[in-house]
Amino acid sequence: MTFIKPKFRHPDLPKNKLGYTISYYEGALSTLCAGCGHDSISAAIIQSAFEMNIEPHKLAKLSGIGCSSKTPTYFLGNSHGFNSVHGRMPSVATGANMANKELLYLGVSGDGDTASIGMGQFVHVIRRNLKMIYIVMNNGCYGLTKGQDSATADNGSISKAGIVNQFQAIDLCGLAIELGATFVAQSFSGDKKQLIPLIKAAMAHNGFAFINVISPCVTFNNNKGSTKSYDFVRDHLEATGTFDFVPEMEEITTNYESGEKHAIKLHDGSFLAFNKLDSDWDPLDRFSAMKAVHHAREKNEIITGLLYLNQGAMDLHELVNTCDRPLNSLKKEDLCPGNGALASINAGLR
Amino acid sequence: MSDKLKINDFVVRFANVNGTGSASANLLFCKAIFRMGVPVTPKNIFPSNIQGLPTWYEVRVSEKGYLGRRDGIDIMVAVNAQSMEADIKSVSPGGYLLYDSSKKLPDHFKREDIHFIPIPLMEICNATYTDARLRLLFKNIIYVGALAELMQFDFSVFESLLADQFKGKEKLIAPNINALKLGADYVKSNFKKGFNLKVERRDLLGDAIMTDGNSACGLGAIYGGATFAAWYPITPSTSVVEAFMDYADEFREDKETGKRKVAIIQAEDELAAIGMVIGANWNGSRAFTATSGPGLSLMNEFLGLAYFAEIPLVLIDVQRTGPSTGMPTRTQQSDILEAAYASHGDTRHVLLFPSTPKECFDLTAAAFDLSEQLQTPVIIMTDLDLGMNDHVSAPFIWDDNKEYQRGKVLDYDELEEITYRTIPGTHPTKGSFFTRGTSRDEYAAYTENSPAYQRNMDRLVKKWITARDYVPSSQLYQQENESEYGMLFFGTSQYSAEEAMDNFKENNHKVDGIRIKSFPFDSIAITFLEQHKYIFVIEQNRDAQMKSLLMIELGISAERLISVLNYDGLPITASNIVNQITHSLERVEKYTTV
Repeated sequence: MTFIKPKFRHPDLPKNKLGYTISYYEGALSTLCAGCGHDSISAAIIQSAFEMNIEPHKLAKLSGIGCSSKTPTYFLGNSHGFNSVHGRMPSVATGANMANKELLYLGVSGDGDTASIGMGQFVHVIRRNLKMIYIVMNNGCYGLTKGQDSATADNGSISKAGIVNQFQAIDLCGLAIELGATFVAQSFSGDKKQLIPLIKAAMAHNGFAFINVISPCVTFNNNKGSTKSYDFVRDHLEATGTFDFVPEMEEITTNYESGEKHAIKLHDGSFLAFNKLDSDWDPLDRFSAMKAVHHAREKNEIITGLLYLNQGAMDLHELVNTCDRPLNSLKKEDLCPGNGALASINAGLR
Repeated sequence: MSDKLKINDFVVRFANVNGTGSASANLLFCKAIFRMGVPVTPKNIFPSNIQGLPTWYEVRVSEKGYLGRRDGIDIMVAVNAQSMEADIKSVSPGGYLLYDSSKKLPDHFKREDIHFIPIPLMEICNATYTDARLRLLFKNIIYVGALAELMQFDFSVFESLLADQFKGKEKLIAPNINALKLGADYVKSNFKKGFNLKVERRDLLGDAIMTDGNSACGLGAIYGGATFAAWYPITPSTSVVEAFMDYADEFREDKETGKRKVAIIQAEDELAAIGMVIGANWNGSRAFTATSGPGLSLMNEFLGLAYFAEIPLVLIDVQRTGPSTGMPTRTQQSDILEAAYASHGDTRHVLLFPSTPKECFDLTAAAFDLSEQLQTPVIIMTDLDLGMNDHVSAPFIWDDNKEYQRGKVLDYDELEEITYRTIPGTHPTKGSFFTRGTSRDEYAAYTENSPAYQRNMDRLVKKWITARDYVPSSQLYQQENESEYGMLFFGTSQYSAEEAMDNFKENNHKVDGIRIKSFPFDSIAITFLEQHKYIFVIEQNRDAQMKSLLMIELGISAERLISVLNYDGLPITASNIVNQITHSLERVEKYTTV
């Protein structure tokens, strides 16, 4: 077990605007291995939801099957959760989202759950620009079945058993940008400073927000030669920028427009402030984002940060033009045409 | 020309080329008979093809109201050269062949025992129309006009029919009437009286409607309050969701803003379709999907999850002839066992078996109540025959006082086997719930504790037993039992089974009848099965799937359940049922008296 949570907390724990302390956003005790990167991501989700003042019952967390998909039990214990079928979380999230447009949907998946069995659904949920946060906890291996390579394992990466992976890796971020995902980010479970603002920005995004988080498997894929080990990832990280998420209500004190600093206004009025490192790359330009991803791959680097953002696309509710009220709140009076309408239907069938 | 006059009692088969507009002409013929108040039933026997392959349309006219398929073709309208030879062979002795005589029929096609009615359809078209498309389309209307004249139709019925059909496109009426007249006039001037098939106006249909089961399911989903549908196109279920779309355009769209009280998603596959439906139902929307055999196979994994996680959903399975690409455009009732036990682990699913479009409407709407009350998937088992063919049906009615039964009204003490569920977003501090597969305890917490798992599984059995009181009741065909023999059937076998029962009655045989409408089997069905020594189980599949289900679930011995099967892809006929039962009765009686 990664951490033991005390039942009693300091009475002066800070509260957010809703009056909740961070403990209200925690979940059950994790049963993942000690040191698992996934637990760090869970902690980042908890912190983000706390700081974003999210009502836990206004968020639904969904997952597929695998180590990563277990994590929704370990965060946001006061939110509804759905641990669905391997690789099929996107479809369940799609239906849930269609039923109620007023909730925030947080999907958690893994590299096996997304890049292999769930590839079809991953691709299509992007096409539809479903408003959700989709986090892949990517460790390049199947943990629960004891360490087999997954489809994101890099070509040439060496497994714990000493076997060199012969197959090409699927780059989920590159794929997501190619398919038209409207928010694509990559991060590292060990970089809380970057991950939390990214999750917060994803929560504010009006569309499909994808975050691929490299999250080393301490038990099966943390050996020398593995390209998803803590050591390798730390040595090859190439942040595209340093980030800060600025909620709409807070005053922007820094002048982000000048020099190297930039600010992107998000859908809900908040800002994503960042300091670019690479002058060729512009996160609002899809081609330059693609180029940055390809360059990094060539140089054997892992670029992190917000890679691409498109705020102009309509989300699925807008595309299918659903009414303002959530569909699950509609009553018989709203839905049933009644016996009167049947008279003309019957007449038309004679 | 011949023989005894057959008034309102014959079978016409049209042999056409797929994609030439014949379907609407043939429907016009059928609908005209319907409008003349005479029971009529069309069967579209079509290929898996868009254009070019042979397709047949069979119309049975029955004064007695028998709406099942009947063997024996009294008149063949043969306008497809590809299938002409076989089509000619299939006409019953004494019957007719109406054919396009623009090309000479090869001599060896000729038969002495049937009557030939040569009409130069293509020549008439070529002489009348210059446009190639019109020549093709009106050829069909011309033979309808010819048939109507031969059968002495009340011609005015076409005028009102076409006026309704082309409302808003009135200029299309006159050309169609003209084409009908071209056919009728050719018959008048070339054939003497003596044709022995006649349609006479009656008033046998009351307020009946004529429609297909898939449209009725789509309408039922609207009335049942479905706000979400996800689907993947597959014959023969596609038109369920298409009908739902059409009705949603009419009833769920704000005409000013265009905003819709419905979301319909064409999924990437059946796996995603049912996943979306599960997500929507989990989140409190009434949601459904429609599919056919192969799609049902793909949905198995998710159905298991929905069963264990106790998520309501409605699935409409329009059964077809398996396997995946076997005869996808032919009918069968062969998904019964798969649907009943779909998925891994211990599962049982509630099945409903509608027989008519009216029941498709009623049971689809009711299935949303049922699935939410029971918090489990409900599968509506229709078939291609019911789904895609037009059927004479009682009209749709709706009780405006009826409220949706969303399951929340359940009294815990009354029904403690069914747990409460909560919907995401309901309350800030209470009721959040983590939905998962099997491993949970009474407090919905994850567990791998064996006794807790077993208690949960046992509760699901209790829920299953409870479901018996909620499903629609079986229909009995007699007040008191009259025989130690019974016939049990379901779905579209109803039409021919009823006709077979009449046939037995006329010959002073007594066989009791029951039509079941659901799985789990209700108490009426159980009693019927207990009270009859032998039960003929009529079903449209090879492996006697319903018989298996009766044996497994009710422990009835195989010897008491005698199968009457039909699995050639065509709807079962009464004569087939009568022959099989008669044969079995002889065997049973011989066996029991020795």
